[in-house]
Amino acid sequence: MSAISELSKLRRTGPVTPEEKAARRKETSHDNKAGYLFLLPWLVGLFVFTLGPILASFYLSLTDYSLIQAPNFLGLDNYERMLTDDRLHQSLKVTLIYVGVGVPLQLALALGVAVLLNKGMRGLAFYRSVFYLPSMLGGSVAIALLWRQIFGTTGLVNQVLQLLGLDATTGYVSDPDYALWTLILLNVWTFGSPMVIFLAGLRQIPTMYYEAAALDGASRISQFMRITMPLLSPIIFFNLVLQIINAFQAFTQAFVVSNGTGGPSDSTLFYTLYLYEQGFTRFDMGYASAMAWLLLAIIATFTAVNFLLAKFWVFYDD
Amino acid sequence: MTETIAGEIDAPRTPADHARSLVKHAVLIAVSLLMIYPLLWMIVSSLRPTEVIFRAPGLWINELYLANYSEGWFALSQAFDWYLVNSLIVVSGAIIGNLISCSLAAYAFARLKFRLRGLWFAIMLMTIMIPIHVIVVPQYILFNAFDMVNTFLPLVLPKFVATDAFFVFLMVQFIRGIPRELDEAATIDGAGHLRIFGQVLIPLMIPALATTAIFTFIWTWSDFFTPLIYLTSPDMYTVPVALRSFLDATSGSNWGAMFAMSIVSLVPMFLAFLFGQKFLVKGIATTGGK
Repeated sequence: MSAISELSKLRRTGPVTPEEKAARRKETSHDNKAGYLFLLPWLVGLFVFTLGPILASFYLSLTDYSLIQAPNFLGLDNYERMLTDDRLHQSLKVTLIYVGVGVPLQLALALGVAVLLNKGMRGLAFYRSVFYLPSMLGGSVAIALLWRQIFGTTGLVNQVLQLLGLDATTGYVSDPDYALWTLILLNVWTFGSPMVIFLAGLRQIPTMYYEAAALDGASRISQFMRITMPLLSPIIFFNLVLQIINAFQAFTQAFVVSNGTGGPSDSTLFYTLYLYEQGFTRFDMGYASAMAWLLLAIIATFTAVNFLLAKFWVFYDD
Repeated sequence: MTETIAGEIDAPRTPADHARSLVKHAVLIAVSLLMIYPLLWMIVSSLRPTEVIFRAPGLWINELYLANYSEGWFALSQAFDWYLVNSLIVVSGAIIGNLISCSLAAYAFARLKFRLRGLWFAIMLMTIMIPIHVIVVPQYILFNAFDMVNTFLPLVLPKFVATDAFFVFLMVQFIRGIPRELDEAATIDGAGHLRIFGQVLIPLMIPALATTAIFTFIWTWSDFFTPLIYLTSPDMYTVPVALRSFLDATSGSNWGAMFAMSIVSLVPMFLAFLFGQKFLVKGIATTGGK
């Protein structure tokens, strides 16, 4: 169904006999030309805009390049510089908190609401739309501006708190203790898209399982733990991998809310924000490339660990 | 909807069921309200004088204050319609590019047998997961070398070579669901691959193409990172970058005008959401978009 399960399926194709291979080759030959012709635009894109840049990026990460002069080979200097770059460490910390807190909260809410919106429920289409809307608009600058106001000193949140008689005058987006949390909240608010995926997954679970469990007197909680969770685990896994990859790349909201600085006091300096600053305001393209490679390594590690851990909790029916 | 009725006939509802369902709806309505309150409040605030925004958490309006819209429209170096047109150019280019290039690649992956297909397919799947940050610096250098920075080309050209592999995958999945017999019948009638693709599959792929068009619309319309990097002169700004520059232009104080233009920027997305909902939900459920 998904790109992720598709990938694991590819690995699973077993050994092929020589006869099968020969038959396949025979069949293959006459489509070769047409195949590559149809694939041509994608192949051009792959080499010019993806694979080429990836290799170039790796080379650049070993150089000192400012766009004006030719790149100067430095070896591993850029990577060494990362070890002592305090702002880089800060950006890693901010991003890890954002991913580590934001993603589980978002997925838990998505799953919870999806389970509430069970099959045959009245108003399902309405609720689904209302919950999905924020996740569609959430990445836009308009919403980031809204967030800036809502959590500002005279913003909506303080207005409501004052209405409740509290003496609320904190500017949450301008207070280093709160700023990151408002962005995490923004991420949680966009739980609609994983929720829609959960809903599709829940629809695949046969009702007879629940009926049988109900006959056996299983409580709703044990039905959830013993039927829903295991059968939904591939979808939970898929959402987890996807949302982690997305969250590591979050940019717009932090950029707009902090006006591009990652402030206050670097409390919202997302990794991507710092990378943007190094690459496109300081034009330190070599260092930015090295940072991009560290990001790739981190995301790849998280994804690989996820796949390894999946063995222990993801349950495949086939 | 038919599901609801069937379910109710099967299982007669006890008072306890009713109570439970009432509680559930109450919870869901409360969460719904909390979810969309900020959006409703932004719409209302765009119709209020800025001083009122700072002390009105409610949603009632005494009188419509439309000055925010006229003020916001002309607050930047160009009138706001200029940026809307810029965005429209970029979005149209991206949609056309994605529809053509992704469907061609998808046809090859789903229907044609060629050497190394499995390898290319695996590579295609993996490119979906590569963070844009790894490729953005060399891409920038490339576009800079071709003197294309501060034009729309860096935003549109990649779409014509299927760099949004997510849509290739979406279309491959869709084509796999179309019976092969249709292609085979056309082959017997003497049709070549181009005709099978254009006359048999494309008409059947309308739902997948619509999903692609709508997602491309929404993502390109709200994309901020790429235009921020490539569009350097204010005349070239797309809507999100223009909106952001409001903060500098009005030093972040004219919230009324800022909200008014925020609403303007969200209207096309909202319309796409309204008309494309069916496709969006299906597309997201089967392949897991943002």
